[in-house]
Amino acid sequence: MTVLAYRDAVRRALDEEMARDENVIFFGEDVARAGGVFKVTPGLFEKYGEDRVRDTPISETAIIGSAIGAAITGLRPVIEIMFADFAAVAYDQIVNQAAKMRYMSGGQISVPLTIRMAHGAGMSFGAQHSQSCEGWFMSVPGLKVAVPGTPADALGLLKTAIRDPNPVVFLEHKALYADRADVPDGEHLVPFGKAALCRSGQHVTIVAIQRMVQMALKAADLLAQEGIECEVIDLRTLSPLDVETVQLSLRKTARLITVEESPLAGGWGGLVISRIMDEAIWLLDAPVVRVTMGEGIIPFSPPLERALIPDEQRIIAAVRQLGIKR
Amino acid sequence: MPPVPLPESARKHMLRTMMLIRVVENQVQTLFSENVIQGTTHLANGQEAVAVAMAAHVNPRRGDTVTCTYRGHSHALALGMQLRPFFAEMMGRTGGCSKGKGGSMHLTDLSIGLIGTFAVVGAGLPISVGAALTAQIKRNGSVHLAIFGDGSVNIGAWHESLNLAAVWKLPVIFLCENNLYGEYTPYLRTSPVAHVADRAAAYGLPAIIVDGQDAEALHAALRQASEHAQNGSGPTLIEAKTYRYSGHSRTDPAAYRPAGELEQWLARDPIQILADRMIADRQIDAQEIARLQAEVEAEVNSAIQWALAQPFPNTETLYEDIWAS
Repeated sequence: MTVLAYRDAVRRALDEEMARDENVIFFGEDVARAGGVFKVTPGLFEKYGEDRVRDTPISETAIIGSAIGAAITGLRPVIEIMFADFAAVAYDQIVNQAAKMRYMSGGQISVPLTIRMAHGAGMSFGAQHSQSCEGWFMSVPGLKVAVPGTPADALGLLKTAIRDPNPVVFLEHKALYADRADVPDGEHLVPFGKAALCRSGQHVTIVAIQRMVQMALKAADLLAQEGIECEVIDLRTLSPLDVETVQLSLRKTARLITVEESPLAGGWGGLVISRIMDEAIWLLDAPVVRVTMGEGIIPFSPPLERALIPDEQRIIAAVRQLGIKR
Repeated sequence: MPPVPLPESARKHMLRTMMLIRVVENQVQTLFSENVIQGTTHLANGQEAVAVAMAAHVNPRRGDTVTCTYRGHSHALALGMQLRPFFAEMMGRTGGCSKGKGGSMHLTDLSIGLIGTFAVVGAGLPISVGAALTAQIKRNGSVHLAIFGDGSVNIGAWHESLNLAAVWKLPVIFLCENNLYGEYTPYLRTSPVAHVADRAAAYGLPAIIVDGQDAEALHAALRQASEHAQNGSGPTLIEAKTYRYSGHSRTDPAAYRPAGELEQWLARDPIQILADRMIADRQIDAQEIARLQAEVEAEVNSAIQWALAQPFPNTETLYEDIWAS
């Protein structure tokens, strides 16, 4: 084990895959010479050269479109969209082209493309640099969506994404970049569609991703002091979605809470719950609760932002709503 | 750019292919009116010369690729898409080039270098830029063609693509079929500059304006752009001045055209221009042209009959071809 920051785990994944496969290339805005605005990729340009690591103009449509073209013709591009919010500029290339070209060609085309983006709130970046954008992509068949929450998962999921023959939207939470934790030494691959059990407990299942897993774990610590034991699940990828692990947990807890750093409408929590309703409603003994940011837009003012984004207190309130008797 | 006479065999191939495209498009229109082909379609009658001159410069074995627009039947056929998979795809049947999942607006055939037909305006350009990026990194000497209409030149993807390709000096040719109308609106009502080619200066790119009805002039322009790309000098913007005889799509009678405009362009028909030149050079005569016409009509009719005999795809294929494994 080595202790690694989340941002360094991302870089290690890129480094390992570029060393392993000369078809892996990497480009984006300020990613080469400057090493990225979040300092995720310094050193790659120096190590792999200007053919394979490139700075681009501020042109999200051209970045994604050209990566698709390169992917179709034999390369494995990894690209960075500086803030996931900016993907809206190039939404056509992601959802109409990358996601559908294989299908529209009757299976002739493969698009082995990894689109790295920084998303998420908590840094007072305001409404256009803080959104959690997973909902924009998980509703599009043909895209895979990965949402690593730890340095080890950032490493293992990114390596899996780069080797995947399909387009992968890889969402890094920008507030986690400095987080440090143990990362396995040697080759570390994390499969898609396999949730992680972060804490065991018998009273309630809390499903979350990324920063909200941390909030859920904090809430679980506090609730444990009064004897309420929470089971916390980190989905790790949203497409494919691991509902089985949630079901297994519900066999024990029979109560479900989802925690999302995103709006109520169109969120993954709604999908998890609908899948449980369809496939395993008998496992539930209580109404389900979704903790989200409702219909809010992320404000600049730090106290306002904190009030909008779910935290451990809101998760604890959600658990109390369930009226668990110890 | 003036025409450069090509060898007789090349002329004959281009002439025959243009005749084939014309017959196919007319049949597509008929099959539409009979509801055998559904959805929508965008015909390229009048623009055949651009397609055949373009195809003469594409070598899929070298890794060359093409992206084109939803007015793309002509490009697919010129590149060599076989008539049977073409018509089966148009009808949404098995045996189609994309198993019936693409249709008229998404013809794709990797074996001929056609990596995509794009129905979102301008969307194909950055993808061609990426194909050219592969060529630059793999140093395989391939050349990549992005074909688009004058209607594409005001969308962001167009500008971003020309800029990125110019900055990286990528081996890509931006080939504009300026047929004077972006959907129902004349080009000059949506552009402050007279020629699409005028915009190349903004990206430091060489530009060529060429008669889009003259296959040999187009061939010369494409040769120049192709050599420019292959010697590492980067992209060229070619503007072919052409015209579509029909409306934008099947439901458009093109009532917005000024009286006499269509007739003017019909008098400069690309098939006739090349045929006349070949007749003048004693390379073909009316009898041989009639024979070629009968030959391509028979080929097309046979392919239509074959396609009509193909079943519609089994619904079990509905969720296939989404994921690569």
